[in-house]
Amino acid sequence: MRPFAYHRPSTVAEALEATGTSTDVMYLGGGTNLIDLMRLGVVSPGTLVDVTRAAPATVEETPGGGLRVGAGVRNGDLAAHPLVRRGYPMLAEAVLAGASGQLRNMATVGGNLLQRTRCAYFQDVSKPCNKRSPGTGCPARAGDHRNLAILGHSDSCVATHPSDMAVALAALGAQVHVEGPGGAHVVPMPGLHRLPGDEPDRDTVLAPGELITAVELPPPRPGGRSRFRKARDRASFSFAVVSVAAVLEVDGGVVRDCRIALGAVAHVPWRAEAAETALRGAPATEEEFGRAADAELAAARPLPLNRFKVALARNLLVRVLADLAEAR
Amino acid sequence: MTVTGSRHVGSALDRVDAVEKVTGRARYAYDNAPAGLVHAVPVQATIARGEILEVDVDAILKRPGVVAAIWHGNAPRLPSADEELAVLQSRRVAYRGQYVAVVVAETLEDARNAARLLRVEYAAEEHDVELRADHPRMYRPERVNAGYATDTEDGDPDAALASAPVVVDAVYSTPAEHNNPMEPHATIAEWDGDGLTVHEPTQGASSLRASLGSLFGMPPAHVRVVSPYVGGGFGAKLKILPHVVIAALAAKQVGRPVKLAVTRRQMFAVTGYRTPTIQRVRLGAEAGGRLVAITHDVYEQTSIVAEFAEQAAVPSRMMYAAPHRRTTHRLVRLDVPTPSYMRGPGETPGMFALESAMDELAIACGVDPVELRVRNEPETDPESGLPFSSRNLVACLREGARRFGWAGRDPEPGVRRGGRLLVGTGVAASTYPAYRAPSSASARAEPDGRFTVRLAAADIGTGARTILAQIAADTLRTSPGLVVVELGDSALPSAVVAGGSMGSASWGTAVVRACEALRDRLEAAGGAVPPGGLEATADTTQEVRAQEPFARHAFGAQFAEVGVDADTGETRVLRLLGVFAAGRILNPTTARSQFIGGMTMGLSMALLEESIMDREFGDYLNHDLAQYHIAGCADVRDVQAFWVEEDDSHLNPMGSKGIGEIGIVGTAAAIANAVHHATGVRIRDLPIRMDKLVR
Repeated sequence: MRPFAYHRPSTVAEALEATGTSTDVMYLGGGTNLIDLMRLGVVSPGTLVDVTRAAPATVEETPGGGLRVGAGVRNGDLAAHPLVRRGYPMLAEAVLAGASGQLRNMATVGGNLLQRTRCAYFQDVSKPCNKRSPGTGCPARAGDHRNLAILGHSDSCVATHPSDMAVALAALGAQVHVEGPGGAHVVPMPGLHRLPGDEPDRDTVLAPGELITAVELPPPRPGGRSRFRKARDRASFSFAVVSVAAVLEVDGGVVRDCRIALGAVAHVPWRAEAAETALRGAPATEEEFGRAADAELAAARPLPLNRFKVALARNLLVRVLADLAEAR
Repeated sequence: MTVTGSRHVGSALDRVDAVEKVTGRARYAYDNAPAGLVHAVPVQATIARGEILEVDVDAILKRPGVVAAIWHGNAPRLPSADEELAVLQSRRVAYRGQYVAVVVAETLEDARNAARLLRVEYAAEEHDVELRADHPRMYRPERVNAGYATDTEDGDPDAALASAPVVVDAVYSTPAEHNNPMEPHATIAEWDGDGLTVHEPTQGASSLRASLGSLFGMPPAHVRVVSPYVGGGFGAKLKILPHVVIAALAAKQVGRPVKLAVTRRQMFAVTGYRTPTIQRVRLGAEAGGRLVAITHDVYEQTSIVAEFAEQAAVPSRMMYAAPHRRTTHRLVRLDVPTPSYMRGPGETPGMFALESAMDELAIACGVDPVELRVRNEPETDPESGLPFSSRNLVACLREGARRFGWAGRDPEPGVRRGGRLLVGTGVAASTYPAYRAPSSASARAEPDGRFTVRLAAADIGTGARTILAQIAADTLRTSPGLVVVELGDSALPSAVVAGGSMGSASWGTAVVRACEALRDRLEAAGGAVPPGGLEATADTTQEVRAQEPFARHAFGAQFAEVGVDADTGETRVLRLLGVFAAGRILNPTTARSQFIGGMTMGLSMALLEESIMDREFGDYLNHDLAQYHIAGCADVRDVQAFWVEEDDSHLNPMGSKGIGEIGIVGTAAAIANAVHHATGVRIRDLPIRMDKLVR
């Protein structure tokens, strides 16, 4: 590990001040991913600015009936929070589906959103990777990509975003509050993350020095039922092979509205807009759910070893929607 | 043979070292910090085949804290070594991840940073890392592991298969799998003149001492290996590994004690793994399921620098009564890391294939899978013709079927549902040889009524310390609380490794004989212990060599119930139940842990474990525990182990058979067979993951 300087400011303003727009400085949350990456030599910042004191760590109701979750809230606390469990059970499900209890107790909301892909090539500095070292190539395409992207990938990168929480936030339409050298702004999920294109080294739309300070959840949809489900190889403590987060509103057997996101299929938490469009106003039946899934997955471009993820995503999406419809 | 009284052997004594372990007082190798200690971090090859051209030692020596940077160009020469152990002795690179240099520094941080920055130039050559059964360089090894013949043939299997009414002919494969004991390897090496002391978690202090002696060209007496506690081994700590050599070399070079901790990631290249296997099994049977022929042909890999030939077809030689049998093993030397021992080498992958094929045969014949195995029970060992010292496979199958609730099972696959789960059950047999090897031990009576038993055995988490105290207590007619067992040190009487499930049988024999000799001395002394104590020793070499000819094996039956998610193909084992016949069970508590530990590892093998060879780069790609999945608690829902009593006087004074490995054998096949019963899909290639089941 390269030696680094360490600061722990107590306010957001101080954190921004300490960071400026330097690309040699990184924010440190719970450290459950960043420290690993530093030990592996994947990233080697000259300075770490620990924001676990500076970033808000509370969950508060907003005047509009939503929730504002501080970026410093630990994942474990988020999943256990009564307001989250009551209004956004899908979010709690998603958080609890990820990592282990020990990791969730360390990891922060902001850090969870900004964790890096677990693509094996990205994490191995002895190998090329366009995300880690732009222009060196992507060995995953011809190598092992069993659990990499089927949607929205590019020639230069087939990585997936590993977060479960982000998938739920994408389906919920959460707003990410950002502060930076250029002021404060709000990024709606899933717009925080970007597709790889020919710049896979850029995971998100954040500019250098910008810090996530909070995630705001819109008020729960009346009549909306939600669910997060994750298919994985190991029964716990493993990344999704495909996950689905869905909010479904059915009225008289007809889908009034729905919001769907898929996880572990793309460089971003994948908002399934084609499926949503197909479903609005359609009968809430397994057949229609299948049709909607097909509409979404028509864009899938699986690689030889991850072809199964298309069928897996379809089946999982249909099952989640059918369970939600049945639960009415 | 003498049979010990059984006041303590057979009782559920708690582990004698439990408190030390759970309170952190037990000192593992890494916990040692001799004065003047420096830290070594090895550098691994980033090519799979080629030559090291240059290592930029000068630049790295200027870095803070760096004491030395050693590679082939400046390493002390080793007098003799096999190629895998000839660390830093050649410019050749035989596999990616092979050690090419080591950086020694005052702190671990300095050493790590310098090792990361050390520039190594290579001339890479084209590599070949892909195991294929039709590889043109497949060859026939001289012997396979544990000294077995490479190929065997009895009768005319081809003709028998050609005329058999029912034939199963299938190819099975198991992937490369890596041992991941909780404690990674770590060495502390310290020279004192011509003497070398090594702290190292090892499954065999005596054999590691011998290996180090021959490697450094000195008498074994000049080497001491200290290894009182070992955090799991499973075969990964059975033999000397390159990192031990590097640590000793580095300590010699810098003239200070050196600590080298192998990282989890490094383990995937340098501490061995189970070879991937490709296995063709052909079974020929009469309509009623009686076998007439078994052939089992195995293809495996080994490295350029060492041969390890896993004996996967060996269990097919003795498992079932088939008059016509052939088994073969072929290897190919690839530019891959060196494979090695992993729990149940041979039996574990081999029985996955054989017991899957038996399930396929049961279906082809319309015979219940338990019944099929009963019908093929041999009277004597089909391979050697020798009588079995005891063989209770049928009892295990019957008892397992009863406990599991097998009776009335509908053989129809893919028809049982529990909600969205497809549910099925499967069975497989297991076996493991009951080996015993020469060992020695000493037993000492102290004037205060205590006894000390010493031998260079290893307790790798099995409970050896505990059961040896029980054995000694019975022989000495005292209580285990008055017996101190000292082990894990090559300065103690020489003992065989904790491997091949032969530790208890081998060490136990030596302990019994030493304690008997001590008892005789005590009796001769009129029962009074002189102020200086009384001691006796024993060496079982002659006794073990003189043992009568018998086929000695443990047997077992594994039953599994699985649920396969109809939408995702996610497979979870709902119940796993094993019944074993393994002679006398020395301690039900530690034995149960061995059995369910083995079964859990088998579950992990069935559903999760796979080391992925990266063809472009030639290494095992998923080299950490986030990517190489091992079963966690949530995967292990209901695992139960039982045993049937065996009274076998042809084994050893305790009447025991080894139990460290049989638990894993058969488990993967039982689960694969249950998956077939649940889904109608026959998975012949492990692991059983959703990519093979989702539709």
